[in-house]
Amino acid sequence: MNADVRPIKTAAETALADSFAAAKDRLPGAGPLAALRAEAFRQFSTSGLPHRRVEEWKYTDLRALMRDAKPLAGVPDAAAKARARNAGASLASIEGRRIVFIDGAFAPELSDLAGLEAGLSIGSMGEALAAADPQVTSLLGKLVPTDDVAVALNTAFMGDGAVIRVGQGAALARPLHLVFVNAGGTPAAVFTRSLVVIEKGARAMLVESHEGPAASEHQVNAALELKVGDEAHVDHVKITGEGAGALHVSTLMAAVGAHARFNEFLFTTGGTVVRNQLFVRFDGEGTIAGIRGASLLRGRQHADTTLIADHVAAGCTGREVFKSVIDDEGRAVFQGKIIVRPEAQKTDARMATHALLLSENAEADNKPELEIFADDVQCGHGATAGDLDEDLLFYLKARGIPPKDAEALLIQAFVGEAVEGIEHAGLRDALMDQVAAWLEARARR
Amino acid sequence: MALLEVKNLHVEVDGKQILNGLDLVVEKGSVHAIMGPNGSGKSTLAHVLAGKDAYVVTQGQVLLDGEDILALPPDERAAKGLFLAFQYPLEIPGVATMTFLRTALNAQRKKRGEAELLVPDFIKRVREVAGKLGIEQEMLRRGVNVGFSGGEKKRNEILQMALLEPRLCVLDETDSGLDIDALKVVSEGVNRLRSPERGFVVITHYQRLLDYIVPDVVHVLSQGRIVRTGGKELALELEAKGYAQYHEEMA
Repeated sequence: MNADVRPIKTAAETALADSFAAAKDRLPGAGPLAALRAEAFRQFSTSGLPHRRVEEWKYTDLRALMRDAKPLAGVPDAAAKARARNAGASLASIEGRRIVFIDGAFAPELSDLAGLEAGLSIGSMGEALAAADPQVTSLLGKLVPTDDVAVALNTAFMGDGAVIRVGQGAALARPLHLVFVNAGGTPAAVFTRSLVVIEKGARAMLVESHEGPAASEHQVNAALELKVGDEAHVDHVKITGEGAGALHVSTLMAAVGAHARFNEFLFTTGGTVVRNQLFVRFDGEGTIAGIRGASLLRGRQHADTTLIADHVAAGCTGREVFKSVIDDEGRAVFQGKIIVRPEAQKTDARMATHALLLSENAEADNKPELEIFADDVQCGHGATAGDLDEDLLFYLKARGIPPKDAEALLIQAFVGEAVEGIEHAGLRDALMDQVAAWLEARARR
Repeated sequence: MALLEVKNLHVEVDGKQILNGLDLVVEKGSVHAIMGPNGSGKSTLAHVLAGKDAYVVTQGQVLLDGEDILALPPDERAAKGLFLAFQYPLEIPGVATMTFLRTALNAQRKKRGEAELLVPDFIKRVREVAGKLGIEQEMLRRGVNVGFSGGEKKRNEILQMALLEPRLCVLDETDSGLDIDALKVVSEGVNRLRSPERGFVVITHYQRLLDYIVPDVVHVLSQGRIVRTGGKELALELEAKGYAQYHEEMA
């Protein structure tokens, strides 16, 4: 049926095929899991890397942007472990429970696994796959099914990641902090897959941070499947803070139950090419969700946020706000689609995206879409792109504030409006400190 | 030496001549009112003094304490003691009033080589001045001017003026949009700042404000220059007779 000409293999595609052939027998999981990988890789090899003629990837032509595929990361050696020791320290103030992954591999010796709260379990995806743990395999790839190619690649190559369960009614006192650190000496490809299940009525905050050396060309493909149970209250904050050489593709697949509260936040300052995909499905009635983000880009950084908010159940509220600050030749992409299925009456969904362009060559691309099949809903979207308001700058300068500081104040205010959506005060402060650091670096140039 | 000396000032906006040889001398300790019909150049004068970009000075000088400030950017003029109270104060969502005030005060102190004010001292001062102006603590935590009424915005301008302790205060139509109660509060705030070391340029269309802020000198601005100067009684005359005669004089 699909008569597409099989695409010409690029160097990166060829390298991925070679990697898969070499690794498939030693990747964790046999039998049905091996078949799942093989099928996922077949899907990838049919389509190749996504490119600009694939609508969902229109602004992020991975085929052009990914010139090569790095070898799969090996088991972290002593030097990598030493380099990873302080990973996640910039968020130490939130006093989260650190769960560390070095080059994609779970590092229990660096993780804080003592005294787990009742109802909380933390494990390794690699071990769960190797053991074909039915609690994991029964959900893997099934929470929010997608035919996205980046997810297919993740499924083909997934090595390790977190498996976390928060039992019914459990309320975690401390945030869970998943620390993904690239610490290997040479650029490598890392495919992590995590599964987090928050059961009915539970309360959890999940912080996911990604970091790596300044210029290293690591390639990260991180996927997280998240089940938010009925009446659960879940915050997920993802921080993309790798060095300016990294390629980072991540996917959140979240299925959200009824009468839940779900807050998602994406904070991006790192990486050279970043694609954050959010596939969020509202399965139960009466849920309130905030899906927000802020990106600060400079140099030639490219950050794409692609969101699908799929309202299956009635009476859910969705608030989506994304802000980007773009300097130099940076480029921010936002694609946001709200789907309201026929049964999802009384949906109240609003999506806003705002870009602040700090240079002549900065670029922002916005593609909001609404697909509404119900007739009693409130949906809207808005997008703005512009530079700093001259009149506001004059007002600040007329009070004695130097131009760079005046700009910094306005940029902080712009980003702050999105960051305000994070419930955890300590994390809000930590992120605003990162914004301030970004602005200081800008002022020094 | 005069506090402010404006000499033969010519200013264009978008290629259109607005100020046309304006002369003005303000001594320390005095309050000068500048009155004039709409379009006479009042707001242009205020903005040129503060250093707004779009205004092009084609001729003339503006001396503050004998130093020409026309080449200085707005923030440096502010640090030298010039303050403009805006006719339309702007809203800055996301920047708390307290942060704004502290950033401004410390930026000015830094430029003058003074130490930053300690936070407790700063908060104490802000509370004291805000209290006198009837500005609630809760408003100080909000974004600058966000959700403020017209009167609250003007009071906030006076709060900034009181904290920054400028030497030359330029008030651009501070009375516009104020009811009589707010006008009194704002005027009292200004009057408290009157001192032998400080000068004021009070720009207004109406005489009403000058019942509360009593000027030492009144100037009439018409078509970009001062056409008449007198005492406070000149304001009353303008109120009675209107500005029509000055249009005719220029015609």
